Amino acid sequence: MTTVTQTGKLPVERRGGFSRKISGIIEPYLYVSPALVLIIAVMLMPLILGLSYAFRDIRILNPFSGGFVGTAHFEALISDQAFLGALANTAWWTFGSLLFQFSLGLILALLLNRQFLGRRLVQALVFLPWAVPTFLSGLNWAWMFNPVVGPLPHWMTSLGLMAEPFNILSDPDLAMWGPIIANIWFGIPFFAITMLAALQSIPKELYEAASIDGATTRQQFISITLPFLAPTIAITLMLRTIWIANFADLIVVMTNGGPADSTQIVASYIFTQAFRRLDFGYASAIAAVLLVLLLAYALSVIALRRAMTHADS
Amino acid sequence: MTLTGQTSTRKWLYWGSHYLMIAAFVIFALFPLYWLLKVSVTPNDILYTEGVRMWPSRTTWENYTFVLTQSNFPHYFLNSVIVAGTTAIVTTLVAALTGYAFSRFAFRGKVIIVALMLITQMFPLVMLIAPIFKILAPLGLTDSLTGLIIVYTAFNVPFATFLMQSFFDGIPKDLEEAAMIDGNTRFEAFRAIILPLTLPGVAATLGFVFTAAWSELLFALMLVSSESASTFPVGLLSFVSKFSVDFGQMMAAGVLALIPACLFFLLIQRYLVQGLTAGAVKG
Repeated sequence: MTTVTQTGKLPVERRGGFSRKISGIIEPYLYVSPALVLIIAVMLMPLILGLSYAFRDIRILNPFSGGFVGTAHFEALISDQAFLGALANTAWWTFGSLLFQFSLGLILALLLNRQFLGRRLVQALVFLPWAVPTFLSGLNWAWMFNPVVGPLPHWMTSLGLMAEPFNILSDPDLAMWGPIIANIWFGIPFFAITMLAALQSIPKELYEAASIDGATTRQQFISITLPFLAPTIAITLMLRTIWIANFADLIVVMTNGGPADSTQIVASYIFTQAFRRLDFGYASAIAAVLLVLLLAYALSVIALRRAMTHADS
Repeated sequence: MTLTGQTSTRKWLYWGSHYLMIAAFVIFALFPLYWLLKVSVTPNDILYTEGVRMWPSRTTWENYTFVLTQSNFPHYFLNSVIVAGTTAIVTTLVAALTGYAFSRFAFRGKVIIVALMLITQMFPLVMLIAPIFKILAPLGLTDSLTGLIIVYTAFNVPFATFLMQSFFDGIPKDLEEAAMIDGNTRFEAFRAIILPLTLPGVAATLGFVFTAAWSELLFALMLVSSESASTFPVGLLSFVSKFSVDFGQMMAAGVLALIPACLFFLLIQRYLVQGLTAGAVKG
Protein backbone atom coordinates (compact mmCIF):
# COMPACT_ATOMS: atom_id res chain seq x y z
CA MET A 1 0.00 0.00 0.00
CA THR A 2 2.67 2.48 1.04
CA THR A 3 4.77 1.85 -2.03
CA VAL A 4 1.93 2.95 -4.24
CA THR A 5 1.38 6.27 -2.54
CA GLN A 6 5.10 6.95 -2.41
CA THR A 7 6.26 5.97 -5.85
CA GLY A 8 3.27 5.96 -8.09
CA LYS A 9 1.48 9.20 -7.34
CA LEU A 10 1.12 10.95 -10.65
CA PRO A 11 -1.23 13.76 -11.60
CA VAL A 12 -4.42 12.39 -13.08
CA GLU A 13 -4.47 14.97 -15.85
CA ARG A 14 -1.27 13.67 -17.42
CA ARG A 15 -3.01 10.51 -18.49
CA GLY A 16 -6.06 12.16 -19.94
CA GLY A 17 -7.31 12.51 -23.48
CA PHE A 18 -6.55 10.55 -26.58
CA SER A 19 -3.48 8.63 -25.47
CA ARG A 20 -5.33 7.44 -22.39
CA LYS A 21 -8.10 6.10 -24.57
CA ILE A 22 -5.64 4.26 -26.81
CA SER A 23 -3.76 2.74 -23.89
CA GLY A 24 -7.09 1.73 -22.39
CA ILE A 25 -7.85 -0.28 -25.52
CA ILE A 26 -4.38 -1.82 -25.78
CA GLU A 27 -3.95 -2.55 -22.08
CA PRO A 28 -5.88 -5.84 -21.86
CA TYR A 29 -3.88 -7.25 -24.77
CA LEU A 30 -0.61 -6.40 -23.05
CA TYR A 31 -1.67 -8.51 -20.10
CA VAL A 32 -2.81 -11.39 -22.28
CA SER A 33 -0.02 -11.38 -24.87
CA PRO A 34 2.66 -13.45 -23.07
CA ALA A 35 0.22 -16.29 -22.53
CA LEU A 36 -1.14 -16.00 -26.03
CA VAL A 37 2.31 -16.07 -27.64
CA LEU A 38 3.26 -19.16 -25.64
CA ILE A 39 0.07 -21.03 -26.44
CA ILE A 40 0.24 -20.21 -30.14
CA ALA A 41 3.92 -21.07 -30.45
CA VAL A 42 4.02 -24.22 -28.33
CA MET A 43 0.53 -25.64 -28.79
CA LEU A 44 -1.36 -24.25 -31.74
CA MET A 45 1.51 -24.21 -34.25
CA PRO A 46 2.68 -27.73 -33.41
CA LEU A 47 -0.93 -28.90 -33.59
CA ILE A 48 -1.29 -27.62 -37.16
CA LEU A 49 2.18 -28.85 -38.07
CA GLY A 50 1.32 -32.25 -36.60
CA LEU A 51 -1.83 -32.47 -38.69
CA SER A 52 0.28 -31.83 -41.79
CA TYR A 53 2.73 -34.58 -40.74
CA ALA A 54 -0.17 -37.02 -40.90
CA PHE A 55 0.04 -36.72 -44.70
CA ARG A 56 3.82 -36.81 -44.91
CA ASP A 57 6.55 -39.40 -44.55
CA ILE A 58 8.55 -38.17 -41.59
CA ARG A 59 10.98 -40.59 -40.00
CA ILE A 60 13.74 -39.08 -37.93
CA LEU A 61 16.23 -41.84 -38.73
CA ASN A 62 15.65 -41.55 -42.48
CA PRO A 63 17.17 -38.34 -43.91
CA PHE A 64 15.39 -38.88 -47.25
CA SER A 65 11.93 -38.83 -45.72
CA GLY A 66 9.77 -35.72 -45.69
CA GLY A 67 7.70 -36.02 -48.86
CA PHE A 68 3.93 -36.04 -49.06
CA VAL A 69 2.32 -39.45 -49.04
CA GLY A 70 -1.32 -38.42 -49.24
CA THR A 71 -3.58 -40.68 -47.23
CA ALA A 72 -1.15 -43.61 -47.16
CA HIS A 73 -0.81 -43.47 -43.35
CA PHE A 74 -4.55 -43.62 -42.89
CA GLU A 75 -4.87 -46.52 -45.30
CA ALA A 76 -2.19 -48.34 -43.32
CA LEU A 77 -4.06 -47.58 -40.09
CA ILE A 78 -7.21 -49.36 -41.24
CA SER A 79 -5.36 -52.65 -41.51
CA ASP A 80 -3.05 -52.06 -38.53
CA GLN A 81 -4.16 -54.70 -35.99
CA ALA A 82 -2.25 -52.98 -33.19
CA PHE A 83 -4.15 -49.76 -33.86
CA LEU A 84 -7.55 -51.45 -34.02
CA GLY A 85 -6.75 -53.25 -30.78
CA ALA A 86 -5.67 -49.93 -29.27
CA LEU A 87 -9.06 -48.43 -30.11
CA ALA A 88 -10.86 -51.19 -28.22
CA ASN A 89 -8.35 -50.99 -25.38
CA THR A 90 -8.89 -47.23 -25.11
CA ALA A 91 -12.62 -47.75 -24.54
CA TRP A 92 -11.96 -50.46 -21.96
CA TRP A 93 -9.26 -48.45 -20.20
CA THR A 94 -11.32 -45.26 -20.14
CA PHE A 95 -14.65 -46.63 -18.98
CA GLY A 96 -13.14 -49.21 -16.63
CA SER A 97 -11.13 -46.50 -14.87
CA LEU A 98 -13.92 -43.96 -14.97
CA LEU A 99 -16.61 -46.22 -13.51
CA PHE A 100 -14.58 -47.07 -10.41
CA GLN A 101 -13.00 -43.64 -9.99
CA PHE A 102 -16.39 -42.01 -10.09
CA SER A 103 -18.38 -44.40 -7.91
CA LEU A 104 -15.66 -44.74 -5.27
CA GLY A 105 -14.96 -40.99 -5.41
CA LEU A 106 -18.64 -40.22 -4.86
CA ILE A 107 -18.86 -42.64 -1.92
CA LEU A 108 -15.74 -41.08 -0.39
CA ALA A 109 -17.18 -37.57 -0.82
CA LEU A 110 -20.43 -38.61 0.87
CA LEU A 111 -18.46 -40.14 3.75
CA LEU A 112 -16.36 -36.99 4.14
CA ASN A 113 -19.38 -34.71 3.95
CA ARG A 114 -20.32 -35.77 7.52
CA GLN A 115 -18.73 -34.28 10.60
CA PHE A 116 -16.75 -36.91 12.49
CA LEU A 117 -13.73 -37.21 14.69
CA GLY A 118 -10.49 -36.95 12.71
CA ARG A 119 -12.18 -35.83 9.50
CA ARG A 120 -9.49 -33.31 8.53
CA LEU A 121 -6.72 -35.85 8.96
CA VAL A 122 -8.62 -38.52 7.02
CA GLN A 123 -9.28 -36.04 4.23
CA ALA A 124 -5.58 -35.21 3.96
CA LEU A 125 -4.62 -38.90 3.90
CA VAL A 126 -7.11 -40.10 1.31
CA PHE A 127 -6.33 -37.20 -1.03
CA LEU A 128 -2.59 -37.89 -0.93
CA PRO A 129 -2.44 -40.22 -4.01
CA TRP A 130 -3.54 -37.29 -6.12
CA ALA A 131 -0.29 -35.45 -5.28
CA VAL A 132 1.95 -38.43 -6.07
CA PRO A 133 3.74 -37.91 -9.41
CA THR A 134 2.13 -40.15 -12.03
CA PHE A 135 5.37 -41.88 -13.07
CA LEU A 136 5.88 -42.85 -9.45
CA SER A 137 2.29 -44.09 -9.08
CA GLY A 138 2.86 -46.26 -12.13
CA LEU A 139 6.17 -47.66 -10.90
CA ASN A 140 4.82 -48.13 -7.40
CA TRP A 141 1.86 -50.18 -8.65
CA ALA A 142 4.04 -52.13 -11.05
CA TRP A 143 6.11 -53.13 -8.03
CA MET A 144 2.99 -54.00 -6.04
CA PHE A 145 2.01 -56.45 -8.78
CA ASN A 146 5.51 -57.91 -8.99
CA PRO A 147 5.65 -61.28 -7.20
CA VAL A 148 9.29 -60.70 -6.23
CA VAL A 149 8.74 -57.61 -4.08
CA GLY A 150 5.00 -56.91 -4.17
CA PRO A 151 2.42 -58.39 -1.84
CA LEU A 152 -0.55 -58.48 -4.23
CA PRO A 153 0.22 -61.75 -6.12
CA HIS A 154 0.78 -63.55 -2.81
CA TRP A 155 -2.46 -62.24 -1.36
CA MET A 156 -4.39 -63.25 -4.43
CA THR A 157 -2.87 -66.72 -4.23
CA SER A 158 -3.91 -67.00 -0.58
CA LEU A 159 -7.43 -65.94 -1.54
CA GLY A 160 -7.49 -68.65 -4.18
CA LEU A 161 -7.68 -66.19 -7.07
CA MET A 162 -4.35 -67.40 -8.44
CA ALA A 163 -2.90 -70.89 -8.52
CA GLU A 164 0.57 -69.51 -7.81
CA PRO A 165 1.91 -65.94 -7.50
CA PHE A 166 2.51 -64.41 -10.92
CA ASN A 167 2.62 -60.91 -12.34
CA ILE A 168 -0.71 -59.97 -13.91
CA LEU A 169 1.13 -57.31 -15.92
CA SER A 170 2.73 -60.05 -18.01
CA ASP A 171 -0.55 -61.86 -18.71
CA PRO A 172 -2.16 -60.44 -21.88
CA ASP A 173 -5.66 -61.26 -20.60
CA LEU A 174 -5.25 -59.53 -17.25
CA ALA A 175 -2.56 -56.92 -17.85
CA MET A 176 -4.98 -54.03 -18.43
CA TRP A 177 -6.23 -54.38 -14.86
CA GLY A 178 -2.82 -53.22 -13.63
CA PRO A 179 -2.88 -49.71 -15.08
CA ILE A 180 -6.63 -49.47 -14.43
CA ILE A 181 -6.17 -50.17 -10.72
CA ALA A 182 -3.30 -47.67 -10.56
CA ASN A 183 -5.51 -45.16 -12.33
CA ILE A 184 -8.38 -45.75 -9.90
CA TRP A 185 -6.02 -45.23 -6.99
CA PHE A 186 -4.72 -42.02 -8.55
CA GLY A 187 -8.13 -40.72 -9.66
CA ILE A 188 -10.45 -41.29 -6.69
CA PRO A 189 -9.23 -38.13 -4.91
CA PHE A 190 -10.00 -35.99 -7.93
CA PHE A 191 -13.63 -37.10 -8.02
CA ALA A 192 -13.92 -36.95 -4.24
CA ILE A 193 -12.61 -33.37 -4.17
CA THR A 194 -14.94 -32.22 -6.93
CA MET A 195 -17.98 -33.99 -5.48
CA LEU A 196 -17.23 -32.82 -1.95
CA ALA A 197 -16.99 -29.22 -3.12
CA ALA A 198 -20.35 -29.63 -4.87
CA LEU A 199 -21.92 -31.29 -1.81
CA GLN A 200 -20.77 -28.46 0.43
CA SER A 201 -22.39 -25.90 -1.81
CA ILE A 202 -25.86 -27.41 -1.26
CA PRO A 203 -27.77 -25.09 1.11
CA LYS A 204 -28.15 -26.76 4.53
CA GLU A 205 -31.66 -25.28 4.95
CA LEU A 206 -32.96 -27.65 2.28
CA TYR A 207 -32.07 -30.67 4.40
CA GLU A 208 -33.48 -29.03 7.53
CA ALA A 209 -36.77 -28.25 5.81
CA ALA A 210 -36.93 -31.77 4.37
CA SER A 211 -36.35 -33.47 7.72
CA ILE A 212 -39.02 -31.23 9.34
CA ASP A 213 -41.36 -32.47 6.63
CA GLY A 214 -40.44 -36.00 7.67
CA ALA A 215 -38.28 -37.00 4.69
CA THR A 216 -35.97 -39.94 5.33
CA THR A 217 -32.24 -39.76 4.66
CA ARG A 218 -32.74 -41.82 1.56
CA GLN A 219 -35.50 -39.54 0.25
CA GLN A 220 -33.32 -36.51 0.97
CA PHE A 221 -30.48 -38.07 -0.99
CA ILE A 222 -32.68 -38.76 -4.00
CA SER A 223 -34.62 -35.51 -4.10
CA ILE A 224 -32.02 -32.99 -2.85
CA THR A 225 -28.47 -34.32 -3.10
CA LEU A 226 -28.62 -36.02 -6.49
CA PRO A 227 -30.38 -33.21 -8.40
CA PHE A 228 -27.86 -30.73 -6.97
CA LEU A 229 -24.91 -32.92 -7.89
CA ALA A 230 -26.17 -33.84 -11.35
CA PRO A 231 -24.67 -30.88 -13.28
CA THR A 232 -21.27 -31.34 -11.59
CA ILE A 233 -21.38 -35.08 -12.24
CA ALA A 234 -22.26 -34.57 -15.90
CA ILE A 235 -19.52 -32.05 -16.65
CA THR A 236 -16.85 -33.86 -14.61
CA LEU A 237 -17.59 -37.21 -16.23
CA MET A 238 -17.36 -35.71 -19.70
CA LEU A 239 -14.10 -33.88 -19.03
CA ARG A 240 -12.59 -36.88 -17.28
CA THR A 241 -13.52 -39.26 -20.09
CA ILE A 242 -11.45 -37.19 -22.49
CA TRP A 243 -8.67 -36.72 -19.98
CA ILE A 244 -8.35 -40.44 -19.18
CA ALA A 245 -8.54 -41.45 -22.84
CA ASN A 246 -5.49 -39.22 -23.42
CA PHE A 247 -3.65 -40.30 -20.30
CA ALA A 248 -0.82 -42.57 -21.41
CA ASP A 249 1.72 -42.11 -18.59
CA LEU A 250 0.61 -45.00 -16.38
CA ILE A 251 0.51 -47.43 -19.29
CA VAL A 252 3.87 -46.34 -20.68
CA VAL A 253 5.45 -46.74 -17.24
CA MET A 254 3.76 -49.98 -16.17
CA THR A 255 3.51 -52.11 -19.32
CA ASN A 256 4.74 -50.04 -22.25
CA GLY A 257 1.64 -51.22 -24.07
CA GLY A 258 2.55 -54.86 -23.73
CA PRO A 259 2.44 -57.78 -23.42
CA ALA A 260 1.65 -58.24 -27.13
CA ASP A 261 -0.03 -54.81 -27.34
CA SER A 262 -2.72 -55.98 -24.91
CA THR A 263 -2.57 -52.71 -22.93
CA GLN A 264 -1.80 -50.40 -25.82
CA ILE A 265 -4.26 -47.48 -25.91
CA VAL A 266 -4.33 -44.97 -28.76
CA ALA A 267 -2.45 -42.32 -26.77
CA SER A 268 0.34 -44.73 -25.77
CA TYR A 269 0.48 -46.03 -29.35
CA ILE A 270 1.14 -42.49 -30.57
CA PHE A 271 3.92 -42.18 -28.04
CA THR A 272 5.40 -45.55 -29.00
CA GLN A 273 5.42 -44.66 -32.70
CA ALA A 274 7.01 -41.27 -32.07
CA PHE A 275 9.43 -42.16 -29.31
CA ARG A 276 10.52 -45.72 -30.04
CA ARG A 277 10.08 -45.99 -33.79
CA LEU A 278 10.70 -42.28 -34.47
CA ASP A 279 8.03 -42.45 -37.15
CA PHE A 280 6.54 -39.00 -36.74
CA GLY A 281 4.33 -39.21 -39.81
CA TYR A 282 2.53 -42.34 -38.70
CA ALA A 283 2.32 -41.11 -35.10
CA SER A 284 0.71 -37.90 -36.32
CA ALA A 285 -1.83 -39.81 -38.40
CA ILE A 286 -2.90 -41.77 -35.31
CA ALA A 287 -3.03 -38.49 -33.39
CA ALA A 288 -5.30 -36.98 -36.02
CA VAL A 289 -7.69 -39.92 -35.72
CA LEU A 290 -7.70 -39.62 -31.93
CA LEU A 291 -8.44 -35.92 -32.19
CA VAL A 292 -11.39 -36.54 -34.50
CA LEU A 293 -12.76 -39.26 -32.22
CA LEU A 294 -12.52 -37.08 -29.12
CA LEU A 295 -14.13 -34.19 -30.94
CA ALA A 296 -16.98 -36.44 -32.08
CA TYR A 297 -17.39 -37.66 -28.50
CA ALA A 298 -17.47 -34.13 -27.07
CA LEU A 299 -19.95 -32.90 -29.67
CA SER A 300 -22.27 -35.86 -29.19
CA VAL A 301 -22.25 -35.38 -25.42
CA ILE A 302 -23.07 -31.69 -25.85
CA ALA A 303 -25.84 -32.53 -28.32
CA LEU A 304 -27.22 -35.15 -25.95
CA ARG A 305 -27.27 -32.70 -23.07
CA ARG A 306 -29.02 -30.12 -25.18
CA ALA A 307 -31.63 -32.66 -26.25
CA MET A 308 -32.19 -33.66 -22.64
CA THR A 309 -32.59 -30.11 -21.34
CA HIS A 310 -35.04 -29.39 -24.17
CA ALA A 311 -37.02 -32.47 -23.23
CA ASP A 312 -37.18 -31.23 -19.65
CA SER A 313 -38.53 -27.77 -20.43
CA MET B 1 -37.58 -48.17 25.52
CA THR B 2 -37.25 -50.63 22.69
CA LEU B 3 -37.61 -47.78 20.23
CA THR B 4 -34.65 -45.80 21.62
CA GLY B 5 -32.76 -49.06 21.90
CA GLN B 6 -33.39 -49.69 18.24
CA THR B 7 -32.36 -46.22 17.13
CA SER B 8 -29.16 -46.34 19.14
CA THR B 9 -28.32 -49.73 17.63
CA ARG B 10 -28.99 -48.34 14.20
CA LYS B 11 -26.90 -45.29 14.95
CA TRP B 12 -24.11 -47.50 16.19
CA LEU B 13 -24.35 -49.61 13.07
CA TYR B 14 -24.35 -46.51 10.90
CA TRP B 15 -21.23 -45.02 12.43
CA GLY B 16 -19.57 -48.40 12.63
CA SER B 17 -19.93 -48.95 8.90
CA HIS B 18 -19.03 -45.30 8.27
CA TYR B 19 -15.68 -45.66 10.04
CA LEU B 20 -15.12 -49.05 8.47
CA MET B 21 -15.50 -47.64 4.96
CA ILE B 22 -13.34 -44.64 5.83
CA ALA B 23 -10.66 -47.02 7.10
CA ALA B 24 -10.83 -48.99 3.85
CA PHE B 25 -10.29 -45.83 1.81
CA VAL B 26 -7.38 -44.71 4.00
CA ILE B 27 -5.70 -48.11 3.72
CA PHE B 28 -6.18 -48.22 -0.05
CA ALA B 29 -4.72 -44.72 -0.39
CA LEU B 30 -1.71 -45.26 1.86
CA PHE B 31 -0.74 -48.89 1.48
CA PRO B 32 1.23 -48.61 -1.80
CA LEU B 33 3.19 -45.67 -0.39
CA TYR B 34 3.81 -47.56 2.83
CA TRP B 35 5.13 -50.49 0.81
CA LEU B 36 7.44 -48.19 -1.13
CA LEU B 37 8.90 -46.98 2.16
CA LYS B 38 9.14 -50.50 3.53
CA VAL B 39 11.07 -51.95 0.62
CA SER B 40 13.35 -48.89 0.51
CA VAL B 41 14.60 -49.65 4.04
CA THR B 42 14.79 -53.43 3.62
CA PRO B 43 18.34 -54.82 3.28
CA ASN B 44 18.88 -56.58 -0.03
CA ASP B 45 19.79 -59.97 1.42
CA ILE B 46 16.46 -60.42 3.21
CA LEU B 47 14.26 -58.75 0.59
CA TYR B 48 13.39 -61.97 -1.19
CA THR B 49 13.17 -64.25 1.82
CA GLU B 50 10.84 -61.90 3.71
CA GLY B 51 8.66 -61.14 0.70
CA VAL B 52 5.28 -60.24 2.14
CA ARG B 53 6.17 -59.39 5.74
CA MET B 54 4.61 -56.13 6.84
CA TRP B 55 7.91 -54.89 8.28
CA PRO B 56 11.41 -56.32 7.74
CA SER B 57 13.26 -57.90 10.65
CA ARG B 58 16.18 -55.55 10.03
CA THR B 59 16.19 -52.12 8.44
CA THR B 60 18.92 -50.21 6.64
CA TRP B 61 19.68 -46.83 5.12
CA GLU B 62 22.17 -48.25 2.64
CA ASN B 63 19.74 -47.94 -0.29
CA TYR B 64 19.43 -44.23 0.43
CA THR B 65 23.14 -43.70 0.86
CA PHE B 66 23.76 -45.51 -2.40
CA VAL B 67 21.19 -43.44 -4.27
CA LEU B 68 22.47 -40.19 -2.78
CA THR B 69 26.20 -40.81 -3.18
CA GLN B 70 26.81 -43.43 -5.88
CA SER B 71 24.16 -42.62 -8.46
CA ASN B 72 23.14 -39.76 -10.71
CA PHE B 73 19.94 -39.15 -8.79
CA PRO B 74 21.11 -36.00 -6.96
CA HIS B 75 21.84 -34.57 -10.40
CA TYR B 76 18.42 -35.59 -11.78
CA PHE B 77 16.84 -34.18 -8.66
CA LEU B 78 18.60 -30.85 -9.19
CA ASN B 79 17.57 -30.79 -12.87
CA SER B 80 13.97 -31.41 -11.90
CA VAL B 81 14.07 -28.70 -9.23
CA ILE B 82 15.43 -26.24 -11.82
CA VAL B 83 12.88 -27.20 -14.46
CA ALA B 84 9.86 -27.41 -12.16
CA GLY B 85 10.85 -24.32 -10.16
CA THR B 86 11.46 -22.10 -13.17
CA THR B 87 8.33 -23.38 -14.88
CA ALA B 88 6.27 -22.66 -11.77
CA ILE B 89 7.57 -19.10 -11.41
CA VAL B 90 7.27 -18.13 -15.09
CA THR B 91 3.88 -19.79 -15.49
CA THR B 92 2.48 -18.09 -12.40
CA LEU B 93 3.69 -14.67 -13.60
CA VAL B 94 2.19 -15.13 -17.05
CA ALA B 95 -0.99 -16.63 -15.63
CA ALA B 96 -1.39 -13.83 -13.08
CA LEU B 97 -1.32 -11.23 -15.86
CA THR B 98 -3.76 -13.13 -18.06
CA GLY B 99 -6.01 -14.15 -15.18
CA TYR B 100 -6.16 -10.52 -14.09
CA ALA B 101 -7.13 -9.41 -17.60
CA PHE B 102 -9.83 -12.09 -17.75
CA SER B 103 -11.14 -11.00 -14.38
CA ARG B 104 -11.13 -7.22 -14.88
CA PHE B 105 -11.35 -6.29 -18.57
CA ALA B 106 -13.97 -6.72 -21.21
CA PHE B 107 -12.16 -6.67 -24.54
CA ARG B 108 -12.60 -7.72 -28.13
CA GLY B 109 -11.54 -11.32 -28.71
CA LYS B 110 -11.73 -12.28 -25.04
CA VAL B 111 -14.26 -15.05 -25.70
CA ILE B 112 -12.05 -16.50 -28.41
CA ILE B 113 -8.97 -16.46 -26.19
CA VAL B 114 -10.84 -18.09 -23.30
CA ALA B 115 -12.23 -20.73 -25.66
CA LEU B 116 -8.75 -21.37 -27.07
CA MET B 117 -7.41 -21.93 -23.57
CA LEU B 118 -10.28 -24.25 -22.67
CA ILE B 119 -9.68 -26.33 -25.79
CA THR B 120 -5.99 -26.74 -24.92
CA GLN B 121 -7.15 -28.47 -21.74
CA MET B 122 -9.01 -31.09 -23.74
CA PHE B 123 -6.91 -32.16 -26.66
CA PRO B 124 -4.33 -34.92 -26.39
CA LEU B 125 -0.98 -33.30 -25.62
CA VAL B 126 0.74 -36.52 -26.63
CA MET B 127 -0.03 -35.65 -30.26
CA LEU B 128 2.27 -32.62 -29.96
CA ILE B 129 5.30 -34.72 -29.08
CA ALA B 130 6.51 -35.21 -32.65
CA PRO B 131 5.96 -31.66 -33.98
CA ILE B 132 7.41 -30.03 -30.86
CA PHE B 133 10.51 -32.19 -31.21
CA LYS B 134 10.83 -31.11 -34.86
CA ILE B 135 10.42 -27.43 -33.95
CA LEU B 136 12.82 -27.47 -31.01
CA ALA B 137 15.59 -29.58 -32.60
CA PRO B 138 16.91 -26.94 -35.06
CA LEU B 139 16.73 -24.32 -32.30
CA GLY B 140 19.05 -26.39 -30.13
CA LEU B 141 16.33 -26.70 -27.52
CA THR B 142 16.11 -30.48 -27.46
CA ASP B 143 18.16 -32.16 -24.80
CA SER B 144 18.14 -28.90 -22.85
CA LEU B 145 16.43 -27.82 -19.67
CA THR B 146 15.39 -24.54 -21.31
CA GLY B 147 13.40 -26.41 -23.95
CA LEU B 148 11.57 -28.36 -21.29
CA ILE B 149 10.82 -25.19 -19.32
CA ILE B 150 9.33 -23.47 -22.38
CA VAL B 151 7.15 -26.46 -23.23
CA TYR B 152 5.95 -27.01 -19.66
CA THR B 153 5.23 -23.31 -19.19
CA ALA B 154 3.00 -23.22 -22.25
CA PHE B 155 1.18 -26.40 -21.22
CA ASN B 156 0.44 -25.12 -17.74
CA VAL B 157 -0.48 -21.52 -18.52
CA PRO B 158 -4.16 -22.15 -19.42
CA PHE B 159 -5.00 -24.03 -16.24
CA ALA B 160 -2.98 -21.65 -14.07
CA THR B 161 -4.74 -18.71 -15.71
CA PHE B 162 -8.17 -20.01 -14.80
CA LEU B 163 -6.97 -20.70 -11.29
CA MET B 164 -5.57 -17.17 -10.88
CA GLN B 165 -8.69 -15.68 -12.41
CA SER B 166 -10.85 -17.39 -9.79
CA PHE B 167 -8.72 -15.78 -7.08
CA PHE B 168 -8.88 -12.31 -8.68
CA ASP B 169 -12.64 -12.66 -9.04
CA GLY B 170 -12.83 -12.91 -5.26
CA ILE B 171 -11.26 -9.47 -4.76
CA PRO B 172 -13.50 -6.40 -5.04
CA LYS B 173 -12.79 -4.07 -7.94
CA ASP B 174 -13.10 -0.99 -5.70
CA LEU B 175 -9.60 -1.57 -4.37
CA GLU B 176 -7.65 -0.84 -7.54
CA GLU B 177 -10.20 1.70 -8.69
CA ALA B 178 -9.48 3.71 -5.52
CA ALA B 179 -5.75 3.48 -6.23
CA MET B 180 -6.29 4.58 -9.83
CA ILE B 181 -8.29 7.60 -8.70
CA ASP B 182 -5.28 8.46 -6.55
CA GLY B 183 -3.31 8.69 -9.80
CA ASN B 184 -1.68 5.29 -10.07
CA THR B 185 -1.72 3.29 -13.26
CA ARG B 186 -3.67 0.09 -13.28
CA PHE B 187 -0.50 -1.95 -13.47
CA GLU B 188 0.87 -0.26 -10.36
CA ALA B 189 -2.37 -0.98 -8.56
CA PHE B 190 -2.27 -4.58 -9.77
CA ARG B 191 1.29 -5.10 -8.62
CA ALA B 192 1.15 -3.31 -5.29
CA ILE B 193 -2.40 -3.98 -4.10
CA ILE B 194 -4.08 -6.85 -5.89
CA LEU B 195 -1.17 -9.28 -6.21
CA PRO B 196 -0.27 -9.19 -2.49
CA LEU B 197 -3.91 -9.90 -1.66
CA THR B 198 -3.88 -12.99 -3.85
CA LEU B 199 -0.68 -14.41 -2.33
CA PRO B 200 -2.47 -17.59 -1.18
CA GLY B 201 -3.70 -18.02 -4.74
CA VAL B 202 -0.20 -17.38 -6.08
CA ALA B 203 1.16 -20.01 -3.69
CA ALA B 204 -1.45 -22.55 -4.75
CA THR B 205 -0.75 -21.89 -8.44
CA LEU B 206 3.00 -22.22 -7.88
CA GLY B 207 2.41 -25.51 -6.13
CA PHE B 208 0.15 -26.89 -8.84
CA VAL B 209 2.47 -26.00 -11.67
CA PHE B 210 5.55 -27.20 -9.80
CA THR B 211 3.94 -30.59 -9.22
CA ALA B 212 2.72 -30.89 -12.79
CA ALA B 213 6.18 -30.08 -14.15
CA TRP B 214 7.84 -32.37 -11.60
CA SER B 215 5.63 -35.28 -12.69
CA GLU B 216 5.81 -34.83 -16.45
CA LEU B 217 7.32 -37.84 -18.14
CA LEU B 218 6.48 -38.31 -21.83
CA PHE B 219 7.83 -35.02 -23.18
CA ALA B 220 10.91 -35.31 -21.00
CA LEU B 221 11.55 -38.79 -22.40
CA MET B 222 11.18 -37.54 -25.96
CA LEU B 223 13.05 -34.25 -25.68
CA VAL B 224 15.92 -35.29 -23.42
CA SER B 225 18.50 -37.84 -24.51
CA SER B 226 21.57 -37.20 -22.37
CA GLU B 227 22.18 -38.03 -18.73
CA SER B 228 23.14 -34.45 -17.99
CA ALA B 229 19.74 -33.04 -18.95
CA SER B 230 17.64 -35.86 -17.53
CA THR B 231 14.90 -34.96 -15.13
CA PHE B 232 13.99 -37.17 -12.21
CA PRO B 233 11.26 -39.20 -13.98
CA VAL B 234 13.54 -39.89 -16.95
CA GLY B 235 16.43 -40.83 -14.67
CA LEU B 236 14.28 -43.11 -12.55
CA LEU B 237 12.82 -44.86 -15.57
CA SER B 238 16.19 -45.46 -17.20
CA PHE B 239 17.49 -46.72 -13.86
CA VAL B 240 14.54 -49.11 -13.66
CA SER B 241 15.15 -50.49 -17.14
CA LYS B 242 18.89 -50.87 -16.54
CA PHE B 243 19.09 -52.21 -12.99
CA SER B 244 15.69 -53.76 -12.57
CA VAL B 245 16.79 -56.07 -9.78
CA ASP B 246 17.88 -53.40 -7.31
CA PHE B 247 14.42 -52.91 -5.91
CA GLY B 248 15.59 -51.31 -2.69
CA GLN B 249 17.54 -48.63 -4.55
CA MET B 250 14.74 -47.97 -7.02
CA MET B 251 12.27 -47.52 -4.22
CA ALA B 252 14.62 -45.30 -2.24
CA ALA B 253 14.83 -43.10 -5.34
CA GLY B 254 11.03 -43.26 -5.58
CA VAL B 255 10.69 -41.98 -2.04
CA LEU B 256 12.97 -39.06 -2.95
CA ALA B 257 10.67 -38.22 -5.87
CA LEU B 258 7.78 -38.18 -3.45
CA ILE B 259 9.24 -35.45 -1.23
CA PRO B 260 8.41 -32.36 -3.34
CA ALA B 261 4.94 -33.74 -4.02
CA CYS B 262 4.25 -34.13 -0.32
CA LEU B 263 5.55 -30.65 0.44
CA PHE B 264 3.26 -29.23 -2.20
CA PHE B 265 0.38 -31.22 -0.83
CA LEU B 266 0.88 -29.76 2.65
CA LEU B 267 0.95 -26.33 1.08
CA ILE B 268 -2.33 -26.53 -0.77
CA GLN B 269 -4.16 -28.95 1.54
CA ARG B 270 -6.41 -26.27 3.00
CA TYR B 271 -7.49 -24.94 -0.39
CA LEU B 272 -8.35 -28.35 -1.69
CA VAL B 273 -12.08 -28.34 -1.29
CA GLN B 274 -12.97 -24.77 -0.44
CA GLY B 275 -12.35 -22.42 -3.31
CA LEU B 276 -10.83 -25.03 -5.56
CA THR B 277 -13.97 -26.16 -7.27
CA ALA B 278 -12.90 -24.43 -10.44
CA GLY B 279 -9.30 -25.47 -10.12
CA ALA B 280 -9.93 -29.16 -9.59
CA VAL B 281 -11.12 -29.69 -13.14
CA LYS B 282 -7.70 -30.65 -14.42
CA GLY B 283 -6.44 -33.08 -11.85
